[in-house]
Amino acid sequence: MAESIQLEVTRYSPEKGAAPSSQTFEVPLRRDWVVLDALNHIKDQMDGTLTYRWSCRMGICGSCGMMVNGEPKLTCATFLHDYAPGPVRVEPLRYFPIVRDLVVEMSDFMRKLRKVKPWIIREEEKPVSQGEYLQTPVELDTYKQYSMCINCMLCYAACPVYGLDPLFIGPAAIALAQRYNLDSRDAGSRERLEIISQHEGIWGCTFVGECTKVCPKHVDPSGAIQQYKLTAAKDWFKSWLMPRGAK
Amino acid sequence: MAKRPIEPFLWTLFSAGGVVAAFLIPFHFFLWGLAFPLGWLKTPSYESSLALLRHPLVRIYLFVLCSLPLFHWAHRFRYTLYDGLQVKHLNEFIDIFCYGGAVLGTILAGYLLLSVP
Amino acid sequence: MTHGEHDAVQGYTTHHPRWFRKRVSTYWWLEQWAYLKFVLRELSSIFVAGFIVIVLLWIRAVSGGPEAYETFLNCMKSPLVVVLSVIGIVFVALHSVTWFGLTPRAMAVRVAGKKLPEFLIIAVNYAAWIVASGFIAWVVLRG
Repeated sequence: MAESIQLEVTRYSPEKGAAPSSQTFEVPLRRDWVVLDALNHIKDQMDGTLTYRWSCRMGICGSCGMMVNGEPKLTCATFLHDYAPGPVRVEPLRYFPIVRDLVVEMSDFMRKLRKVKPWIIREEEKPVSQGEYLQTPVELDTYKQYSMCINCMLCYAACPVYGLDPLFIGPAAIALAQRYNLDSRDAGSRERLEIISQHEGIWGCTFVGECTKVCPKHVDPSGAIQQYKLTAAKDWFKSWLMPRGAK
Repeated sequence: MAKRPIEPFLWTLFSAGGVVAAFLIPFHFFLWGLAFPLGWLKTPSYESSLALLRHPLVRIYLFVLCSLPLFHWAHRFRYTLYDGLQVKHLNEFIDIFCYGGAVLGTILAGYLLLSVP
Repeated sequence: MTHGEHDAVQGYTTHHPRWFRKRVSTYWWLEQWAYLKFVLRELSSIFVAGFIVIVLLWIRAVSGGPEAYETFLNCMKSPLVVVLSVIGIVFVALHSVTWFGLTPRAMAVRVAGKKLPEFLIIAVNYAAWIVASGFIAWVVLRG
């Protein structure tokens, strides 16, 4: 194995530059190193001003998402030796505004997550004295996959619809809505459907499918979206055939 | 709900058209685009074609075959123009061109099928 | 100066003078093979519509009498039309293949509480495709 590998890292300083530029660093190529290790090495040993997000370094916090050679990846789960002999291009997550170096502005994403009402909605809350809500393993299985999202935003970086139209609510938000719609304890499907049926909701999606491909937790957001479309379509036909009052 | 959206209905048409197109079109296209013109299979005679076309079930089949895939095209092409060419600001024209085209094609198919001698 | 995130505008990150926003190129679909495959799949709808035009012309030709039918057949034999047909057949086949591959993702089919494996649903689609094509062949080639 070669001794070292080159990383081409995006640098952007809001105080100085008009546009981002690329800076090349030579880092040791260790067999067990991931891209995050290389970035930490750069920050510790070479350039302390390099700015990026990371936390758990084990693929559960969702902080370290970046573009590695043009693909959205968790840098803590992307091995350097897979890119040998390099160079490896590390850029901030695509389709988001860049704040500094590899850090992107994510408040749009956070706002969209909130928009879908990601909590259990019930007509009447059960009092604590009546005990807990019961759920069978089959009922859990219906939505469990969609609950595994770690909010890493890789799916947004992969979605061309989001890139072309920042108003698009996006894969993770819709998958999150489905997670609650399919939960047997929840009664909020109609409320969420009204929010998400708007033009920049599910109907903007053209089933490119890249979001599912890049998801590190196998949430399958594009599957969730298509199933949601089917539900919305059935609901639409039902609303014509049956009076609104009878829900 | 403030305004009942039409998108779910249009998507349903797109899906139905997609199913019809996926199952039926390739073989039809192979027969009429390659097999018959290149002589791989014997082209149906005029008489048998007319007899086939006169059959009411065949005409219903052809109507479905023509109209649903046109709406499939309309919906898909509309979004291709939105995303591919980023011409969303022309969206009214695109919508009229696409769905209007599908409606015209459907009417034309109905007219042609009803005027078989 | 208020930050963009506190802006009242729903769902859109407004322009901040210091953030950098890269413009998405018109040729975004050429940047990745996956994107190009997607656009080709979407463009297949043009050839679907094109085939419908052929069907409408066929109906008109058969209704128009033996000469009209003959003219239609000769037109289908012309080299340009054959070349376009080959391209069209490739694209409508692409539509079918991608459609069958995506169907299991769009519908969660559950039997006795367990989700059916994807390849099974895809296999059923292909089987139905073969049956449908066989039926068409029988009807069209009979006479």
